[in-house]
Amino acid sequence: MAKNSILGVFAKSPIKPLVKHIQIVVKCSKQLIPFFEACTAKDWSEATKIRRKLSKLEHDADALKRQLRLELPGGLFMPVDRADLLELVSQQDKIANRAKDIAGRVLGRKLEIPVNLQAEFSIYLERCIDATEKAAEAINELDDLLETGFRGREVALIEKMISQLDAIEDDTDGLQIILRKNLLEIEKDLNPIDVMFLYQIIDWVGDLADLAERVGARLEILLARK
Amino acid sequence: MDIILNSGGTFVILAAVVGFFMAWGIGANDVANAMGTSVGSKALTIKQAIIIAMVFEFAGAYLAGGEVTSTIRKGIIDASYFVNTPELLVYGMISALFAAATWLLIASALGWPVSTTHSIVGAIVGFAAVGVSAEAVEWSKVIGIVGSWIITPLISGIIAFIIFNSAQKLIFDNDKPLQQAKRWVPAYMFLAGFVLSLVTIKKGLKHIGLEHVDLGFVSFEIKGAGGFYLAAIVAVIVAIIGKFFISRLKFDETLAKEAHYVNVEKVFAILMIVTACAMAFAHGSNDVANAIGPLAAVVSIVDNGGEIAAKSAIAWWILPLGGFGIVAGLALFGHKVIATIGQGITHLTPSRGFAAELAAASTVVIASGAGLPISTTQTLVGAVLGVGMARGIAAINLNVVRNIVVSWVITLPVGAGLSIIFFWIMQATFS
Repeated sequence: MAKNSILGVFAKSPIKPLVKHIQIVVKCSKQLIPFFEACTAKDWSEATKIRRKLSKLEHDADALKRQLRLELPGGLFMPVDRADLLELVSQQDKIANRAKDIAGRVLGRKLEIPVNLQAEFSIYLERCIDATEKAAEAINELDDLLETGFRGREVALIEKMISQLDAIEDDTDGLQIILRKNLLEIEKDLNPIDVMFLYQIIDWVGDLADLAERVGARLEILLARK
Repeated sequence: MDIILNSGGTFVILAAVVGFFMAWGIGANDVANAMGTSVGSKALTIKQAIIIAMVFEFAGAYLAGGEVTSTIRKGIIDASYFVNTPELLVYGMISALFAAATWLLIASALGWPVSTTHSIVGAIVGFAAVGVSAEAVEWSKVIGIVGSWIITPLISGIIAFIIFNSAQKLIFDNDKPLQQAKRWVPAYMFLAGFVLSLVTIKKGLKHIGLEHVDLGFVSFEIKGAGGFYLAAIVAVIVAIIGKFFISRLKFDETLAKEAHYVNVEKVFAILMIVTACAMAFAHGSNDVANAIGPLAAVVSIVDNGGEIAAKSAIAWWILPLGGFGIVAGLALFGHKVIATIGQGITHLTPSRGFAAELAAASTVVIASGAGLPISTTQTLVGAVLGVGMARGIAAINLNVVRNIVVSWVITLPVGAGLSIIFFWIMQATFS
């Protein structure tokens, strides 16, 4: 008898899983901080353990992404565009993928951050992760956005968060330039292949912030379209 | 003619039994639609919902069900056509009841959404047009009724859109949404109370023989402005009671700004109790006629010894019978039905639920006052879509909406077909 009631009309909200997804993604990318600490300490067994945890979180995020896609069939009438939502979740998921790539590459090569770059690198890393946290914060507001019917003060609030996110991303760009410059100065003393990969890792860590910014941009598009 | 004098009692009992069964089915089935949104948004527990539904469904059926019952009884069919053969009308009305009840039973067993309104209207038109003659149907009235099935969801959708938008402007899009909610929610309560009591007072009370209401120090004539004043007084009382309960709410003031909406929703949950009452009342007022309208027709013919009296009032016991039928259905099955729907529940917050319910209840109760048999569920679906248009609901499943609409359309010919078959059987048996 449940089927013949009005409540079948209400489909499952895509917002809760979307918020949960980015929370898992942030948790996943945050694992990089203890991971690099373990790497610096050359505690490779601890690093392996953390990578495993990170990889599991990435997996969870993947599963949630897939579930969200399946539960978002056509024929849903939503306050936001379906394509935008799907794009948003893909964008969110890329952050976790990138975090997993970083951990995998570093662990695979037992890549060490040169001692005199370590402090700068961890600041850079933390700033990039700040960006993902900011993105999650903005996504978190979707619930309240729904409450207000996607307009008014809540929209302004989210726009403010997104501009903060942009500022953080700018920050990380600056930090990346300094980090590269400092690496350039010492690179001749290092194993050339390691240096190649170090540049790559720096790039990839920067990607975390880039991707977070893109999540923000997607969110903006989602809000602007209707 | 003789058959009515000889077996009139049998017909009345037969119609009363089937009519009661229909009312029972409406109570058991449709309560999910009337109360589901309240339970779904967690504004009410199942038990509370059942109690509210029982009280207000009965009140709606008894106080405001008269106009629609009259329409079903004598609005669809041209009575003058049956002056010489009143037994055909008796057979037909009983067949229509049987047809609608059968279809309700089948559809419920298969889990299809049906509209009792559509099945009974289809059934009455069916027996009259095919079993008797196409001229026996008041087609202009039928077109009006079918037209109202398209217009009422539209109207309730627009009202829901406006109500939800106003709630956003007045309450949500604000520095202090909680304070705004405390200020404005009683106003919505007033609105709900006013519409409901106005329709009841203007259209319902005359069916139970009330011409004026005497409050001791002042008395109101139902006709004229008195009815408006009385409705306003009732509405103010509703709002004051609501305000009292809101003032007793405990809020977690320590919650950060973004959690404020949780507190705001608590205020709306109180409002939703009011709109749930309204919804149950509106549902009772409109849907009771589906069960007892044909019964009223049979009773009126038998009581007048076969004459089709154009002006006779509805027998006093018919509306309460329908009301009790609905309550019995609720009491026996309502719990199970609401429990099933309560499980798969969505993120419908009270602020959305109230907008949909208030819009639907107002539309339905106004239709009841106008004597239009409309579908409560249909109107509610319209209202939900209205809130969705205002970007208030996370996701609405349009496929389900489509299925509901299709099943309503199918219900018309099925109801008609079944009633034609029953009509021929009755004709063969009794003549």
